[in-house]
Amino acid sequence: MGLVLLIIIWLITFASTYFFIAKTWWLPAGASAAAAGIDHHFTTTFILMGIVFVAAQVSLGALVWIYRDRGSSSSKVTYSHGNTKLEIVWTLLTTILFVGLNLMSSSIWASERFRPAEPDAVRVEVTAMQFAWYFRYPGPDGKFGATNPELEDASAGGEAALGLDTKDGASKDDVVTGTMVVPVNREIEVILRAHDVIHSFFIPTMRFKQDAVPGLAIRMHFTPIQTGDYEILCAELCGLGHYKMHGMLRVVSQEEFDKWLAAREAEKQ
Amino acid sequence: MATHEFAAQESHAHPGPQGFVRKWVFSLDHKVIGLQYYFLALAAVFVGMFLSLLMRIHLIWPTLALPLLGDIKPETYLTLVTMHGTIMVFFVLTTAPQGGFGNYFLPIQIGAPDMAFPVLNMLSFWTTLLGFIVMIAAFFVAGGAPLHGWTGYAPLSAMQSTGPGEGLGADLWIISIAIFCIGALMGALNFITTTLDMRAKGMTMMRLPLTVWAWFVTAILGLLAFGVLLSAGILLLMDRNLGTSFFVPLVTINGQLTGHKGGSPLLWQHLFWFFGHPEVYIAILPAMGMCSQLLSVFSRKPIFGYKAMVYAILGIGFLGFMVWGHHMFMSGMSPYTAFAFSIMTMGIGVPSAIKTFNWLGTLMRGRIRFTSPMLFAIGFVSLFVSGGISGPFLAQPVLDIQLHDTYFVPAHFHLIMGVASIFGIFAATYYWFPKMFGRMMNESMARWHFWFSFIGTYAIFMPMHYLGMAGMPRRYSQLTEVTYLHGLIPLQKFITYAAFVTIAGQLIFLVNLFWSMFKGKQASDNPWEATTLEWTTATPPPHDNFGGHTPVVHNGPYEYSVPGAPRDYVMQSDPEIGPAH
Amino acid sequence: MASFSTTATVEDPRISLGDGGILPPTRGGGGDDSGPGLPDYALRLRRARLGLLVALTPVLMLFVSFTSAYIVRQGLPTLDPRTNTLVRDWIPVTLPKLLLINTGVLILSSVFIELARRQSKEQAALRAITAHPRVSAGDQMRIPWLSMTLVLGLTFLLGQWTAWRQLAANGFYVATTPSSSFVYLLTGTHAIHLMGGVLALLVAGIASLLRRSAATRSIVVDLTAWYWHFMAALWIYILCLLEFAS
Repeated sequence: MGLVLLIIIWLITFASTYFFIAKTWWLPAGASAAAAGIDHHFTTTFILMGIVFVAAQVSLGALVWIYRDRGSSSSKVTYSHGNTKLEIVWTLLTTILFVGLNLMSSSIWASERFRPAEPDAVRVEVTAMQFAWYFRYPGPDGKFGATNPELEDASAGGEAALGLDTKDGASKDDVVTGTMVVPVNREIEVILRAHDVIHSFFIPTMRFKQDAVPGLAIRMHFTPIQTGDYEILCAELCGLGHYKMHGMLRVVSQEEFDKWLAAREAEKQ
Repeated sequence: MATHEFAAQESHAHPGPQGFVRKWVFSLDHKVIGLQYYFLALAAVFVGMFLSLLMRIHLIWPTLALPLLGDIKPETYLTLVTMHGTIMVFFVLTTAPQGGFGNYFLPIQIGAPDMAFPVLNMLSFWTTLLGFIVMIAAFFVAGGAPLHGWTGYAPLSAMQSTGPGEGLGADLWIISIAIFCIGALMGALNFITTTLDMRAKGMTMMRLPLTVWAWFVTAILGLLAFGVLLSAGILLLMDRNLGTSFFVPLVTINGQLTGHKGGSPLLWQHLFWFFGHPEVYIAILPAMGMCSQLLSVFSRKPIFGYKAMVYAILGIGFLGFMVWGHHMFMSGMSPYTAFAFSIMTMGIGVPSAIKTFNWLGTLMRGRIRFTSPMLFAIGFVSLFVSGGISGPFLAQPVLDIQLHDTYFVPAHFHLIMGVASIFGIFAATYYWFPKMFGRMMNESMARWHFWFSFIGTYAIFMPMHYLGMAGMPRRYSQLTEVTYLHGLIPLQKFITYAAFVTIAGQLIFLVNLFWSMFKGKQASDNPWEATTLEWTTATPPPHDNFGGHTPVVHNGPYEYSVPGAPRDYVMQSDPEIGPAH
Repeated sequence: MASFSTTATVEDPRISLGDGGILPPTRGGGGDDSGPGLPDYALRLRRARLGLLVALTPVLMLFVSFTSAYIVRQGLPTLDPRTNTLVRDWIPVTLPKLLLINTGVLILSSVFIELARRQSKEQAALRAITAHPRVSAGDQMRIPWLSMTLVLGLTFLLGQWTAWRQLAANGFYVATTPSSSFVYLLTGTHAIHLMGGVLALLVAGIASLLRRSAATRSIVVDLTAWYWHFMAALWIYILCLLEFAS
């Protein structure tokens, strides 16, 4: 039985580790400025925790086989209540490993979250509602117009879904879309809002996730560094349509973005 | 079953109750109450497994209509998710290890004739049962059971209009949990008072079996945490029914204003997780105590580092109250606060690691007997390591950005709670079955059960790590809408097939359990040659546990293979074996 | 919520039918020899008090949690979607003056039950002597402190009810403002727990009618008294929180 346990434990360990190393199912390719640092730290954590994982499981399998009761041919049991020095050593080592790992990642966290967006970031207001994402650009005046919950009409889409108060001067040049279009290599500031329940704005390729909470306007930023179409998912249970509340991020060149935005503005006249 | 409960007792022992109702229904005997809790948990786990089976089926065959149940709509899927989680966490993982085995064996292991407050103990069971009935009732009211997840985040859970099931079903869900809180608090009261005040002579705190330490600290965690959950539930009920706005800011549901304003959804999360994090330690600590116990018994060796194990249990309990924010890294909480919580969370990994080292240290240079309880204890160590390793990923906010609310999270907590903790319950069942029922369980069926469970659960939950990294979000009822998720369907199918097989394997356990109660081989008083006090008394134990005489303790709980001793085990109540103990 | 039962354990073997199956805790902790099978009064009292201390912990946590919610909610700005700015919406409630009178009533009741507690202790201690038909324990043993506490307790609850009516008359209902929600929540939860204390008082009163021993009765009164003191202290805390932390 000891041998069977060893074999099964080792097999499970090596099989799982294989799929991790082979990256059979893995993080999607990163397309934001932060992705490289985050992915690098992923790898560091993987390697360190992977070593611990394999070592612990291999030891477990080995121990249950080597120290199985072999009847009269077993060696005598070592009567021991433990080893205090060893306890201290592995406690210290574990603490250093865990806390050290965390401190290593904290600089990335700080750079992503401790500082506000650059003043010249492209601002997009992202509004979540059951079960769609809407995106609003402030237009040439740089100001987001007023919204009024009483004016909301989700069935009409676009500006009406947001409850845009068209009487407010600043609203006149606001562009509301169902697709998020942004220029590449520019910092994008998102202002996250939610109308009804908590949603979460998740773009896997951008290594970006942030809950959109009603009652809050949360400001975050990321910088896409590669053009392309990237899926946006809702990552916080928001009701029966949670699984189909997805959107699209289109990262285009600066010229294309300017053209696209200008075209949207023109449509509003 | 128990035939010698009414054997002649000494004059100051109290005779047991007579009649079926006093003996088996409204019993005040902690052993009967323990069994009642255990069978409640058994019923609950099969309900919970059935719900998860339906979930797995729907995920890979979303359009399949099931016999009797028909279509599983997206909202129904979410109801399954909600009720599966709630029933498993509360009525299985908080009920069986603590209410079941804790009630049965804590008094015996400390040498007491019963719990401190037997009437309260009985009430705690019936309260818990009432909670379960109310929870099940939620399925059958208009609108059905809620869909807001076991975590019940507001505002989704705070208004009737946010979705199907959020009407009366959600109210019943909250009320059921509130009832459960009260039952759990009553139980915690008994455990703590009994452990502190009713230990037999010589049973010092540092001679307590680690199972008792685990139950004791778990009860303290419950004592401090369930009051907070109750408070959150009260506030939520008020928001839902009295128009208050504790958790609900100004929102519109389907474009309609709701009359709420100014509340904070994050307040719910803080209150819930202040309870929720200690709760997961409540779910795992008894299993850790069990594992320590069994590794020692079946390696014929003292536990490696008893003192360190006690400090680790205390450390896990204490730190467990300081890390709740790691569930909220993406919630809109301040990133500075997130950083603080993250350091604390890495800290709590340390005592868990210490315990793992000590388990390995116990096995080393032992003489391992592969009984069925031992198999599950060894399995526990493996699963705990696997589940624990994903913790440091999630504990770092920078990595949590990618992993939060993906399948990586259920991979982590299922391996620990949904498997390792369950293995602790299985191990305890196989180990203590002879003492409770006077018969041995069938070893051959037990081994089949072990292999089905061990390999099966790895097959189910290890792949979820890959799904999470690839970006599969939680609580999605199907993978059809998002393009890149299509590529993950084959892996989801594998998981579902693994679940079929694993659940089928649990039927072996069920058969074994009931068959052995009536047809199992007769058990001696101490079939495992173990040292703790429950093995000094008759099988099953008499009404007052020790037949009128209270044990006096001279030794620690893990005196195996003591050099110079006549046998390879020295019972706790045997004469003292040496000055060091 | 706090309606726990104490070990109303039987000393007199003739009284048994009500609670068959309860074992007298024989030995525990120190293993003091307390005579063949008879539970030690000091041990029972200690165990019951320990149980009460443990039981009060979740009650405390409940109110700690409410306090935390109160402080958070009070300081919390929320987004006004119309102006897209953060606003605070906390309007303090003027508490009815009646609450001060109620506080006095509760404090006085606490004094009364403390006297009842000491009285029942003395009665238990003197039991050996006063069991003799010709011996009386003296007049001061006859003042019905317990009943007086009960009356004051009920007066307090009635006073709370009236205070709520006054609040409602001023337009502050449960959902009117967040501050009013907390007023009702905190005072209401306290009142429910106090009702538990009133129940315990009734149990203590009935204990003597049911011919439970004076020792048992003394334990019940002791626990009820400590519970009652806790409720009084809690009430003062709640009042201060609502009045000063606005």
